[in-house]
Amino acid sequence: MPILTILIAWPAVTGLLLLVVPQLRAWAREFAIGASVVELALVVALVAAFDRSQAGAIQFSEIHSWIPQIGASWALGVNGIGLSLIVLSALLVPIVIAAGWKEDDAAPRRAQYLGLVLVSESFMVGIFAARDVFLFYVLFEAMLIPLYFLIGSFGGQQRRYAAVKFLIYSLVGGLVMLVAVIALYFQGPGGDHAFLTMNLTGLTFDPWVGRLLFLGFFVAFAIKAPLVPVHTWLPSVAESARVGTTTLLVAILDKVGTFGMLTLCLTLFPAASRWAAPFIIVLAVISVLYGAFAAIGQDNMYRLVAFTSVSHFGMIVLGIFAFRQTSIEGATFYMVSHGLSTGALFLMVGFLEARHGTVSVKAFGGLQKVVPVLAGTFLIVGLSALALPGMSPFASEIMVFIGAYPAAKVATIVAILGVVLAALYILLTYQKLFTGPTPKAMESTKDLNLRERLVVWPLIVAMLVLGIVPALALDYLKGPSAGIVAIVSQEAGK
Amino acid sequence: MTYPAPDIAWASLTPILIVLGAAALGVLLEAFVRVPAARRIYQFQLSIIAVVAALLAVVWRWVALQGDGVVVLKSMIMLDRQALAWQFLILIFALGGVLLFADKGREGEDAFTPLGSVAPGSAEETVARAKGMYLTEAFPLVLFATGGMMLFATVNDLLFLFVALELFSLPLYILVALSRRRRLLSQEASLKYFLLGAFSSAIFLFGVALLYGATGKTGMYELGGVLATYMPQRSVLILLGVFMVVVGLLFKIGAVPFHFWVPDAYQGAPSPVTAFMAAATKAAAVAALARLSYLVLFRLAWELNWIIWTVAIASMVFGTVLAIVQTDVKRMLAYSSIAHAGFILVAFAGFSPSALSALPFYMATYGLATLGAFAVITQVREVTPDGAIGAEATRLGQWAGLGKRSPLLAVSMMIFLLSFAGIPLTAGFIGKFVAFRAAIEAGAWPLVLVAVLASAAAAFFYIRLAVLMFFTDAPTDVAPHVVIRSTTLGRGVAIAMAIAVIVLGVFPSWALELAHSAGVLLAPAIGG
Repeated sequence: MPILTILIAWPAVTGLLLLVVPQLRAWAREFAIGASVVELALVVALVAAFDRSQAGAIQFSEIHSWIPQIGASWALGVNGIGLSLIVLSALLVPIVIAAGWKEDDAAPRRAQYLGLVLVSESFMVGIFAARDVFLFYVLFEAMLIPLYFLIGSFGGQQRRYAAVKFLIYSLVGGLVMLVAVIALYFQGPGGDHAFLTMNLTGLTFDPWVGRLLFLGFFVAFAIKAPLVPVHTWLPSVAESARVGTTTLLVAILDKVGTFGMLTLCLTLFPAASRWAAPFIIVLAVISVLYGAFAAIGQDNMYRLVAFTSVSHFGMIVLGIFAFRQTSIEGATFYMVSHGLSTGALFLMVGFLEARHGTVSVKAFGGLQKVVPVLAGTFLIVGLSALALPGMSPFASEIMVFIGAYPAAKVATIVAILGVVLAALYILLTYQKLFTGPTPKAMESTKDLNLRERLVVWPLIVAMLVLGIVPALALDYLKGPSAGIVAIVSQEAGK
Repeated sequence: MTYPAPDIAWASLTPILIVLGAAALGVLLEAFVRVPAARRIYQFQLSIIAVVAALLAVVWRWVALQGDGVVVLKSMIMLDRQALAWQFLILIFALGGVLLFADKGREGEDAFTPLGSVAPGSAEETVARAKGMYLTEAFPLVLFATGGMMLFATVNDLLFLFVALELFSLPLYILVALSRRRRLLSQEASLKYFLLGAFSSAIFLFGVALLYGATGKTGMYELGGVLATYMPQRSVLILLGVFMVVVGLLFKIGAVPFHFWVPDAYQGAPSPVTAFMAAATKAAAVAALARLSYLVLFRLAWELNWIIWTVAIASMVFGTVLAIVQTDVKRMLAYSSIAHAGFILVAFAGFSPSALSALPFYMATYGLATLGAFAVITQVREVTPDGAIGAEATRLGQWAGLGKRSPLLAVSMMIFLLSFAGIPLTAGFIGKFVAFRAAIEAGAWPLVLVAVLASAAAAFFYIRLAVLMFFTDAPTDVAPHVVIRSTTLGRGVAIAMAIAVIVLGVFPSWALELAHSAGVLLAPAIGG
C-alpha cells in the first residue's frame, strides 16, 4: 500500500475540498480537525509498521517515474529521521487547529485558513518523505504558496509586509538551490531517475563544483532554518502572522532547513560539507549568541520566542556540522524536541494574547495569583525551552554539546553560554509576566480552559516522556545518524 | 537561359495555405456580405474553422513526417519537426486569440472600434456605435498575421524571412490601432509600433544585404557552410550583417535595448490583440531566432556570445526592475514579457542542442499563461458615470478585492502569475527548468544565476497583484467602480488556459516528449 502517498494526498485533498466547496464552510473546524486526526491516526499506523531495528534504512519506498525527460521521479521513503518529523507534523497540526478554535467569526475565512493549514501539512509530509531531489525542490518551493497566503491573509497589521519579506527570502534561497539542482543533474548519472538521492549519494565531484553545489543547497536551507544573518524574516513573520501559522512555521517548517542540511548537504556533498564546516560552525555559534541576546532585548513575546528559536537552531546546526555520531543524533533529537517546546511556547503566548489582545511583556504582571494553571503551564513550557534536565530539549542539547566538543572545542564552549542566556530570557520573562503586584486590568484574567489544556499538555507530556526515556526517540534516530556520519567520515578517509 | 519549375511539396504547405486562403476569403466576405452582424458571424466561423483545420493539418503533417523532415522549396522552406511544433503553437495561440476577438459582452460590444477610419470622439463614431457596426476586418487580419508567423517559423532563407516578417507585422500594426476605448492611446501605440518595427525591418534587411554582399548567399544553410570556413580577415561585413539580422529578430522578441515598443503596444492595443501578439509574435520570433542560431550563428558563437549574454542580462534586469514600478496591469505584463525575452535568450546562450526542445516548451508555457492573463484582463471593466460598462480597469489598484467578487477569474489569474514567476507545480516552472538546464549544459550558469535572481525579484510584482486580488478589500468610495464583465468566451479561454498551465506543470511528461522530438532541425549542418 502506498502509505506515504496517501499521507501526502489526504491533507491535500481535504484541504482543497475545504477551500473550494462552500457547503463545508459551516463545519470547517470540525472537518479540518477530523481530517488532521485521521492523518495522525495514519501516521500512528505508519510508526507501528516501521521496523525500528532498521531505522537507518529507507522504508515504505515508492518509486514511480514522474517526468522522465528531466529525470524526476515520485520517490518517497522514510528513515527514522523523516519518520520522526512526520510524526511531529501530524501531531502539531490538530493541536494548532484546536488552539485556534475561537479565531475567525466568519465561516468562509475559517474555511480558507484551515484549508491552507491542511494543504501545508501535505507539503510538510511530502518534503520529509521525498527521496528525489527534484521532488524535494518542487515541494520545498510550492509550499511557499499556502504559507504566503497563511501569513498574508491572517494576522496583524504588518502581515503583508511580513509575507512579502518571507516570500522574497525564501524564493531567493529556493532559486539559488534551483541552479544547484540543475547543475547536480549534469554531475549525476542522468537517465530517468537522475534525481533519486540514492543515485546521487557517493558521487565524487571536482572540489569546487562540489563546493558550489553544496553552497547552493546550504543557502536555501540556512534561510529556512533560519541561521544568522538570513534570519530576519522570522521575527517579522512571528510578530505579524497568526499564532497557529507561526507555530507551524517554527515548529515544523523551519526543520525543513536542518532536515535538508542533514539529508542533502551532508550526504550528497560530504567533502564540501567538511570544507565548509568551520565557517558554518562559526555562523551557528553566532546564531546561538545573537538569538539569545536579541531575545533578552525583546518586549514583543512573539519576537522573543522567534529569537530563542534562532538561538536553538544555531545549536542544531552546530550539532549537524560537528559530524559526530552523538552530535548528529542530538541535533535530530533536538529538531523534534524544539518542535514540541517552541510550539508549546508559541501557543502559550497565543493564549495570553487571546486574553488581553497584546503580547507586550510590559503590559502583563502578577498573573500567577490570578491564573495559577496558566502560570504553571507557562513555567513548565519555559523550563523546557531553557533545557531543564528531565525534559527532552535537555537531553538533546547535552548530546549536541557532548558530541560537538571533541570536534569543535571553543565553539562548543561558547555555544554553551547560550544555555545560560536561555535561563535569563525565559526566567526574566516569567518574572515580568507572572510575579509581582497584579495590575488592575489583569485581575479578571481567565485561567486555561479545558480546550487550551488539551492543546498544550500533550506537548508537555511528550517532552517529559522523551526527556526521561530518550531512547524512545533515539531508537529511531541512531541508525540514520550513524549512516550520515559514515558517509561524511568515509569521505574524509579518501 | 531557362528556369526549371521549382519542385514544391505542396502537402507540407497545407497548414499555411489553409490559413492564408481563409484570410483571402475573409477579405472577400468583407466585400460581399453587407449586414454587419451577419458578417461578424461568418468571419468568426471562417476563422475558427480555418485555424482548427490548420491545426489538424499540422498534426497530420507531424504524423506523416518521415525522418527529419521535408524539403519543400529547395533551401527556402524545410518542414522539420521543429517547424511543425512552432506552427502548432502559433495556431493554438491564434485559436485563443480569435476566440477573444469574438468575445462580446451582453452590451454587444467587442474590443474593437466600430470604424477604424473615423476620428476618435467624432460624430461618425457615435453613429457607427449606435448602428451596432462591427469591425470585422480584424478576423482576416489576424489570419494573415498567423499565416505570416507560421511561415516565419519555417523559412530557411533570410530574404524570404524578411517577406514573412512583413507579412505578419503589417496586420499587427493595424490591429494595435483598433481599440474601442482609449482610441488615441491605441493609435499612438500603433504608430510607435509601426515606426520602430519599420526601423527594425530596415536594419534586418540591411543586414541581409551585407551578408549577401559578403558571401553571395541568403540561404541559412548555405550561409552556415560559408561560415564554416570563414576567415576573420574578411569578416567585418559578415559580422555586421549577422549583427543587424540578429537585432531585427531581437526587436520582435522584445529584448532590451530593442524593447521600447513593447509597453506602449501592449497597453494601447485592444487586449485580445495584445494576447495574440504577446504569445504568437514572440513564439514566431523565437522560432526564427532558433533556426538562425542553429544553422548560422553557432559558427560565430565566440563572436556573438557576449551580445547574447549582454542582451539577456539587460532584458532580465530592466524588464524586472521596471515591471516593479508599473501601476498598470498591461504595462506590468509588458515589462514582464521583456524579462521573459531575457529568459529565452538564456536558453540560447551557448547554443546547447537541448535548447531546440526547451524553447518550444518554454514558449508554450509562456504563451498559454499570457493568453489567459489577457483574457482575464478583458473582463475586468470600469463602470462609466452613466452606469454602463466601460474600458478595462487596468490600474493595479482597481484589481483590489477581485478574489472576493470573482474567485474563478482571480484564481485563474493567480495561476498565470505563479506560472510567470516560475513557481513549481505550474507550467512556467518546468519551462524555466528546461530552459535553464539547456543553458547550464552549455556552461552558461552565471547567466542562469542572474536569471533566478531576476525571477525572485519578479515574483514580487506578480505576487503583489495576487495580494491585491486576495488580501485587499475593494475600495467602495472611489469612483470609477469596477465590474466583472462576465462572458462565456473570455471566461472559457481563461479557465482553459489555467487548466492547461496546471496540467503542464504537474504532468509535463507527454509535452516534454513532444518537445523533445520537435528538437530536430532538418539541416545536417547541426553540430558540424
